[in-house]
Amino acid sequence: MTIRLFVGTMPRMTHSATDARTASGPAAGEGSTGTVALHHTAGTQASGAEIVAQAHHLTGQATLDDAGLARYLRGLPGVDKVGADGRAQMLGTRSIKTSAKAWALDATVRMIDLTTLEGADTPGKVASLAAKAKNPDPNDPDCPRVAAVCVYGDLVPHATAALEGTGIHVAAVATAFPSGRASREVRLLDTREAVAAGADEIDMVIDRGAFLSGRFSAVFEDILAVREACGTGPDRAHLKVILETGELATYDNVRRASWLAMLAGADFIKTSTGKVAPAATLPVTIVMLEAVRDFHRATGVHIGVKPAGGIATAKDAMKYLVAVNETVGEDWLNPDLFRFGASSLLNDVLMQRHKLRTGVYSGPDYISVG
Amino acid sequence: MSIFEYAPAPESRAVVDIASSYGLFIDGEFGDAADGAVLKTLNPATEEVLTEVAVGGESDVDRAVRAARRAHDKVWGPMPGSERAKYLFRIARLLAERSREFAVLETLDNGKPIRESRDVDVPTAAAHFFYYAGWADKLEHAGLGRDPRPHGVAAQVIPWNFPLLMLAWKVAPALAAGNTVVLKPAETTPLSALLFADLLRQAELPPGVVNIVTGARETGSFLVNHPDVDKIAFTGSTPVGKRIAREVAGSRKSLTLELGGKAANIIFDDAPVDQAIEGIVNGIFFNQGQVCCAGSRLLVQESVAQEVVERLKARLSTLRVGDPMDKNTDVGAVNSAQQLERITRITDTGAVEGATRWSAPCELPDRGYWFAPTVFTDVSTAHTIAREEIFGPVLSVLTFRTPAEAVAKANNTPYGLSAGIWTEKGSRILWMADQLRAGVVWANTFNRFDPTSPFGGYKESGYGREGGRHGLAAYLQEGAL
Repeated sequence: MTIRLFVGTMPRMTHSATDARTASGPAAGEGSTGTVALHHTAGTQASGAEIVAQAHHLTGQATLDDAGLARYLRGLPGVDKVGADGRAQMLGTRSIKTSAKAWALDATVRMIDLTTLEGADTPGKVASLAAKAKNPDPNDPDCPRVAAVCVYGDLVPHATAALEGTGIHVAAVATAFPSGRASREVRLLDTREAVAAGADEIDMVIDRGAFLSGRFSAVFEDILAVREACGTGPDRAHLKVILETGELATYDNVRRASWLAMLAGADFIKTSTGKVAPAATLPVTIVMLEAVRDFHRATGVHIGVKPAGGIATAKDAMKYLVAVNETVGEDWLNPDLFRFGASSLLNDVLMQRHKLRTGVYSGPDYISVG
Repeated sequence: MSIFEYAPAPESRAVVDIASSYGLFIDGEFGDAADGAVLKTLNPATEEVLTEVAVGGESDVDRAVRAARRAHDKVWGPMPGSERAKYLFRIARLLAERSREFAVLETLDNGKPIRESRDVDVPTAAAHFFYYAGWADKLEHAGLGRDPRPHGVAAQVIPWNFPLLMLAWKVAPALAAGNTVVLKPAETTPLSALLFADLLRQAELPPGVVNIVTGARETGSFLVNHPDVDKIAFTGSTPVGKRIAREVAGSRKSLTLELGGKAANIIFDDAPVDQAIEGIVNGIFFNQGQVCCAGSRLLVQESVAQEVVERLKARLSTLRVGDPMDKNTDVGAVNSAQQLERITRITDTGAVEGATRWSAPCELPDRGYWFAPTVFTDVSTAHTIAREEIFGPVLSVLTFRTPAEAVAKANNTPYGLSAGIWTEKGSRILWMADQLRAGVVWANTFNRFDPTSPFGGYKESGYGREGGRHGLAAYLQEGAL
């Protein structure tokens, strides 16, 4: 095995969106309640053919079949579990107080994909969620808005209608979420319908069965195809690829799946559907952040990271922000490159915001449900 | 300035009361030195004087050894192991209960970050007492014969880098084995030992079982040369260790030494790279590098050397250097002006002899003893920085091509305390561990301490083992087989 670190050895592709973000994109402290700024900045505007060319280039493989991808992915440096868990635990001891806490709480709100993914979801529930997304704390006009509302595909029209003109993204889970167990045609149709209904972010699942059995090219092609189904140009829907790390068994696999998704054109890599335990964990997220950092070193492209599921408290969320800050750095500390997939997290953050501003803990009765 | 700038998060000093002066703890009572001598102890992060402590002279040491002898002959020696265990368990529990107090005091007196004293020093010290408490009534199963006997009075001299933890490494096995103790803490860090004396009174340990005589080098010399001491345990520098060995040569005293080191941390090209980087950081910047087993020589396989160094520098740029009392501080103050002078002096030879010096970008406080985390590249095995123990936050990077070369370079030192191996290949770990002349070999980790694991050196890093079942051997005489 050899370590492939690529520091400064790969030619960089042209990524106008990335460059624009670095030059003049909104910093995390600004634009939180803006009404436009719908352009996504993670990932690239590369075509499918360019993505494939880049994958050939990065992997050094002439063919991106199972064997070629396996040679590359298995050559990535391993992850020592004890060390990775220890690093996460250490970062979890950071003490975030006063001004840092105030910043972190607001940043968390801005990074939330406010999510409802229940069989019993209704248009009414989505409308209520959208209202909350726009105005999370009715008592505080300074409270920022969340990044996106995340729903099943059939509810996208309701979310789109409620959020039009707000700058809040509409994310749809697609590709036979959460299991992904459907033909590629069905999964692509699922994606196209959500995009047609107005979703500007697609959260797809990978075929874990294919990944775990070594059919890496199937996963690669799936992601590439879904990316194409997301449209083209600067307004194409943004693609988040869910690795479902709770089913991947090892951190080595998390790293490999992260690279596979990035090679295939993911704009974001996301931990979990929220339907499998364990969902997001801090060490898994750190392994993904490291992959994103290394991909950036190799290509100059910023890929986003989204831990999802199981992050329910402001205290937990702050540990993730610390991890982002100390592994990939502050470039990633904004909603364009880091999101939380969560349903109940927002409520706790709102309570903590209130406590920090007023010195009084109001309790859940003062926070809207849903 | 970062958009996510951590606000100051200082640990409260209020949990600990520092008296204006401290006496010697002999026979269960605090009292002044016979000649009234005192020394001042400083907070190395601010140079503020914390308090005065007594300096034990020859007659004070004699009084302490007599108290220890009495306690051994009359109380602690005859006491059944199961009863000694109760005291040790009680001490362990009290350490855990009062952990915050100990952590704060340790950080104030030593300069180490509160995160380390809170998460490593104090809990590991308590763990040592818990571990050896369990041995106290099982000594016949320690592999030292059917009825192993304690030596009697143990003289213990400990260093300033882990004041409480080194105390625990020494006192816990000594007491479990049935010895009584006279302990001499380091000149610059006496306070946690004195707080421990207070804890012993709280635990109602019989008077004289543990005596704590503070002071400077001369006090230690009186102690190890006292004719009624049966066993000497010393942790500290190799020159002092050699001096003690000469002084006790020909006497009946039993001796264990835990001395310096110049450990190799060896990174192969198939290492789990992100964890290896953490291991390098932990290996040499933990406790400001003031660790006898610090991984001060980084040996990197040449095919990944450039990558590893680049990643390491990026990581070091995120280290938070500053106020040790801040809960988010990673690297604190050097323990004393004298130590800072030593680090500075040896480090200065690095560039002169041809190595390339790099320091992490960080702002150091105006007052106190500070040294920025520093990395040398282009280091050869002939350089002073690759040979001498710096005992500070300074890493020398060397490269190797083959495993055999890594072994040759790792072993090319008069020391032999510890080593680290980073590779995903299990067979290579075993082969390397077999070849390395080091008492502790860590695989895919570094600076990991556990009371169940023996620790100690080869060559000029000393002899004897502390920790685990092996650690009992230093405090017992073999019985009938």
